[in-house]
Amino acid sequence: MAIPQTASSRVIPAFASLLSPGPAGLATTGEPEKPAYASDLNLDQIVEAVAADREQHDLIAGLLYHRVQDRDVISFRHEVFRDLEDPGLLEAAGRFCEQMRQVRVRLSQLPKMESDRHREGWFLDAAAIYCDAVRTLSAGITAHPVASRGLLAFRAYLDGYLASAGFAQLAADTASRKDDLARITYKVRIDGPHVEVSRHDGEPDYSAEIENTFSRFRQGEVKDYRVHYRTEPGMSHVGARILDLVARLFADEFSALADYCRRHADFADPAISQFDRELQFYLAYLAYITPLRKAGLGFCYPEITGDSKEIFARHTFDLALAAKLTGEGSTVVTNEFHLDNPERVIVVSGPNQGGKTTFARAFGQLHHLAAAGCPVPGSAARLFLCDRIFTHFEREEDLADLTGKLEDDLIRIRGALLAATASSVVIMNEIFTSTTVSDARFLGGKVLAKVTELDLLCVYVTFVDELATFGPSVVSMASTVVPGNPAERTFKVVRKPADGLAYALALADKHRVSYEQLRGRLLP
Amino acid sequence: MKAHLLHPDQDFDFSADLPAGHEDLVQDLELGTVLQAMAAGDKFLLGVSTKVLLASLNDPGTIGYRQRVLADCIAQPDIVRQIYGVAVAAMQDRRGLWGYSSQYPSSILSAAVTQLEALVARLRELRGLADEHAGTFQSDGLTTLLRSLQRDLDDDYFETLRRHLRQLRFRGGVPMSARLDRDNSGIGYVLRASGARRTWKERIGIAPRTVYSFSIPPRDEAGAQALSNMTSRAINLVANAAAQSADHVISYFSMLRAELGFYVSCLNLHDRLTAAGHPVAFPGSSAAEPWELRCEDLRDASLALRTGRVVGNDVDADGKSLVIITGANSGGKSTFLRSVGQAQLMMQCGMFVTARSLRSSVCRQVFTHFIREEDPAMVSGRLDEELTRMSVIADRIGPRCLILFNESFAATNEREGSEIGRQVVRALLEAGIRVFFVTHQFDFADSFHRQRAQETLFLRAPRQPDGQRTYRLTVAEPLPTSYGEDIYHRIGGWLAESA
Repeated sequence: MAIPQTASSRVIPAFASLLSPGPAGLATTGEPEKPAYASDLNLDQIVEAVAADREQHDLIAGLLYHRVQDRDVISFRHEVFRDLEDPGLLEAAGRFCEQMRQVRVRLSQLPKMESDRHREGWFLDAAAIYCDAVRTLSAGITAHPVASRGLLAFRAYLDGYLASAGFAQLAADTASRKDDLARITYKVRIDGPHVEVSRHDGEPDYSAEIENTFSRFRQGEVKDYRVHYRTEPGMSHVGARILDLVARLFADEFSALADYCRRHADFADPAISQFDRELQFYLAYLAYITPLRKAGLGFCYPEITGDSKEIFARHTFDLALAAKLTGEGSTVVTNEFHLDNPERVIVVSGPNQGGKTTFARAFGQLHHLAAAGCPVPGSAARLFLCDRIFTHFEREEDLADLTGKLEDDLIRIRGALLAATASSVVIMNEIFTSTTVSDARFLGGKVLAKVTELDLLCVYVTFVDELATFGPSVVSMASTVVPGNPAERTFKVVRKPADGLAYALALADKHRVSYEQLRGRLLP
Repeated sequence: MKAHLLHPDQDFDFSADLPAGHEDLVQDLELGTVLQAMAAGDKFLLGVSTKVLLASLNDPGTIGYRQRVLADCIAQPDIVRQIYGVAVAAMQDRRGLWGYSSQYPSSILSAAVTQLEALVARLRELRGLADEHAGTFQSDGLTTLLRSLQRDLDDDYFETLRRHLRQLRFRGGVPMSARLDRDNSGIGYVLRASGARRTWKERIGIAPRTVYSFSIPPRDEAGAQALSNMTSRAINLVANAAAQSADHVISYFSMLRAELGFYVSCLNLHDRLTAAGHPVAFPGSSAAEPWELRCEDLRDASLALRTGRVVGNDVDADGKSLVIITGANSGGKSTFLRSVGQAQLMMQCGMFVTARSLRSSVCRQVFTHFIREEDPAMVSGRLDEELTRMSVIADRIGPRCLILFNESFAATNEREGSEIGRQVVRALLEAGIRVFFVTHQFDFADSFHRQRAQETLFLRAPRQPDGQRTYRLTVAEPLPTSYGEDIYHRIGGWLAESA
């Protein structure tokens, strides 16, 4: 970081990171590492929607995909999130990030620019935006209360930076150079390959003359062929040569500009740039959950346990599904669960399309998002800081692998169970559906025996009711239907014994594909 | 001028949407692999093959028309690829010269002229090829095409084109004023009456210079383009007419490239399959009832393209409206199902099939209903999703259609899954629809064995006594077993007690 040079400068307090208390805060750059379970849990949908086309996509995705193993880091992020829940501060932060993005876009384009005059103009523009961004952010951050370790440290740093003589000089120089350039007008004449550049001496608009000359032919309105030109960064070598000649015509203005660029070559403060990058993690996540909150869904800062497996969540939901439903204006059904010793396994059974898969996903998402330091879906939660998460969801048959589906399933399940430790979480969804009921019962029993032996936290979704009474470590939960209308689901998954009703034929009826209905539809 | 290589008397409609439900077909039948092989890395060919393959023909006459063109292509692949190459080159000229600069009026004019010059050169090449190979082909499609090239592109016509192109060049110098944008590039161009005038003091060197000039070298095309972009603001109204003529010629090359592209794609696939030793044959198609399907060594083309170890099936399903395939997991059931669907589509677009021989009835449309991963859009649970898809199919399917089920309705227990399957299949059969059904649900398969044995063909993926699976299906009734426990022990289990 550049040290301000003048006598009036004071020591600027250090700023380490907005992501963790230690100096090694910035977790990652480069390709985000996606956990194997991301797609089963629809975590990839969440991450892609959060990171979307943001410039820091990889940083955001990397942080969201990464489960932190340190509870203090999680608290540190919770604090920053809580501060940013102030709408005024959030808006100021968002505006700052957008301006800094524009600065970065400009600076990243400079090396590609071949003309010095061109590069200088673009550099000046970047600096002008930067000055405005930093001042505006300071005003915003002062006008709103902050309490997090991360933002307090940054505010102290920013105050010191703005008061420094270095910044004052930068701001004044930038404004003068901008004024100079705005006053320039010049003339170009193009004749085949020949180009002539001169001062503009105030001749009238020739287009108007031409229009006037031909106006007698005018019959009525015609299609508008005028092209609308967009300004794009970049300059041809011809444009650059013209600009060089303009610079000779306006020598004073351009030599002042060149001098400016030399003196302020490194205007962007590294700590402020880092703050900006890291801030986007928070802004992206909050932007994603804000519409959900507006739709009445709760997010909470979960208590994170490192030893107890007595976990719970209230009013929780599948975040990816909720984002989709909320976007469509539909309502989201929330669920609860709790595990008290010695309970470890939730076996979910009951009618199809009743929210079983959604429940399983929500359980997995909770544990993952909590470990990324994010607020999680629900009004309150206590969650276990697990070392690994394993999922097994029904897959499409993949012909690239000649191994049959069941064998493939079993090999994958075996791999997960052999790799799991007592601190792992396992989620299995409707496995063994492509085999017979007796196979599914036999294999499901084997899975639960191993899960219990390992003391794993586990959600197991199945159509095999017998598995719900496997033992004291197992809690039975079931999807439910509207009483009196078996085809209508509540999407509530509640603690209750498996009741053996699958409602499949009622469902066929609902879709009008029972024999009678189908016959009517096919033979009109 | 027309290509007319896909229909004897009309253009192929490449602008038509793919048939409803095509995503399911492509995914379930793994047509992606076949289409990739046809495309051989060419995105355009991928698009063409996809459209033609999925837009099934229903009449054996047009199927034969295409088969004969394709047979010509297979006999003379080099000539066909040469003609195709001209069309491709013409379209590539277009990409190079057209497009990006069209925001600038001056470029529209100069590009349109340059474009027309390039297109005329390609038309000359095409005429040359037609002169050289006019007598080579037998099929109606290709002989008619070459003859029309010779007739419509005669020498007088080329002379007329040359004269017009010379007149379309724009000349003149344009003076304009400008200001500096945020990045110091020129902005705010306004056309002015004249260029700079130096005072006498400046000319004799006693006043500061107010005029500078330079010239770009004659080969500096980028520079010329830049200047053209600048002048375009002044000539915004001049340039529109030449462009449309170019577009007409382009649309001819576009159609030729697309229709011929399908046959080039077929050649690509043909090369891949035959090089790997897989059989290919032109199928016999018939429109008549009852249902025909008889094949020798029918192979899953997507699997054949991906791996060497492919086993073909000999099946005689003539007269059978229902084919139920049961048996061991990993036993080649899905593979066979896919090969049937692929062959039907390949036949009905005029292509060869991956078999030593095949004869099949033309069907109105092919449908698939395969077990799926949980809906990524999360609208519904699995059985619900399957029934939703079934209901969508019911809206479209009708008599003389073919539907392929793969492990459908298995997302619930066996008893209920079997019952749903029975009801659906019964209704489909009664509507005159042909059904292929891969299932492990014994209850389902067995009930058709008991009730509809006459119209049903039962195939089974067998398991050898040593536990090995072969992938060749045999005619055999369903068995009430599955193999989950075997596999569990074979892979070594995960509990100490079961070792």
